[in-house]
Amino acid sequence: MTADEGVAGKNFFGGWFDMIADYATLKKGGFMRQVQRDNFSMRLAVVGGNLTAGQLTVIAGIAAKYGCGRVHLTSRQGVEIPFIKLGDIDAVKSELERGGVSVGVCGPRVRTVTACQGADVCPSGCVPTYALAEEISRRYFGRELPHKFKFGVAGCRNNCLKAEENDLGVKGGMSVEWAESDCALCGVCVKVCREGAISMDDGAIKLDALKCNRCGRCVKSCPTGAWKGEPGYLLSFGGMFGNNIAQGREITPIIHDRDALFRAADAALDFFAANAKPGERFRPAIERAGWDAFKTHVAAALYA
Amino acid sequence: MPDDIVIDAAVDITDVVCPVTFVKAKVAIDELDDGQALSIRVNDGEPVRNVPRSLKDEGHRILRLSDNGDGTYSLIVRKTG
Repeated sequence: MTADEGVAGKNFFGGWFDMIADYATLKKGGFMRQVQRDNFSMRLAVVGGNLTAGQLTVIAGIAAKYGCGRVHLTSRQGVEIPFIKLGDIDAVKSELERGGVSVGVCGPRVRTVTACQGADVCPSGCVPTYALAEEISRRYFGRELPHKFKFGVAGCRNNCLKAEENDLGVKGGMSVEWAESDCALCGVCVKVCREGAISMDDGAIKLDALKCNRCGRCVKSCPTGAWKGEPGYLLSFGGMFGNNIAQGREITPIIHDRDALFRAADAALDFFAANAKPGERFRPAIERAGWDAFKTHVAAALYA
Repeated sequence: MPDDIVIDAAVDITDVVCPVTFVKAKVAIDELDDGQALSIRVNDGEPVRNVPRSLKDEGHRILRLSDNGDGTYSLIVRKTG
């Protein structure tokens, strides 16, 4: 039953029935119907798996008071509180709100934005991830689309967060450059480069730009700062990891400017909204319209 | 890079695996005085990729990395701070 049918049904069955039966609305508001009748697993809004101690305390209190004394940590860094009774939903919502915790979403819309700890915490990080995940969430979280849409932000190419599983994945990287005057020719960069892009001959370092994957390891490990790196974002589009599995594809060069990243994300979401059939994921929608058409659409936004 | 670096101490970390590689190197460098140089024998692969950066992040100065030709490398580090 859709939300609209639920509203129409009010004339016949009254509001109470609609509140029970309108699962689509409940699901949209983060209440996941359970096997056990009139019990709901309450999904919370979490961005980048980042919660404060205060929020965790509030969540623990709700789980003990209204749930079964447990929480479930979801596969995408979220938290669900199972066994919330139908009659307690309003009380639970307001207690969570007072405690600074919001309710999540499910269904055909932009879902939880995931992120690793990124450059703010992790020595491998090329870009800060929390602020970016927050910004993505602020702009897009809950936006209605033909099907679910997932964003994930990884701070570097180690890709602990698995960016390519997402409809739109972001990975931190670096464009690198060698400055001869600062180099001590220690040879560390030649070894740390996993792509074999760096060689040392006759007292000079050479970079094979075609082999460079912009991981930034040379910059991170250089003892004298001879490798300079400009942080940027590597984007992947059309990933999914459910009934069907597909790896997101990189169709743009590294992007250094955050505004350009959001122009590309806007373009991807607009393309999805305009081209997908209801209930169709982003990947098959791109494939039906053609990767070339999609690339042209994103490039137009990127270089506008 | 001059070839006349005076090595004050040496440690072999080829007999341990990550993360003990870094710990063993750190313990060895902690025993030195500021400005002294340590030669660390490291295995090819992950250790030679990761140990130099970990030492750099600790504030020490990497002077040289040389291939020993036997699947190991010698990393020369000056203790700093």
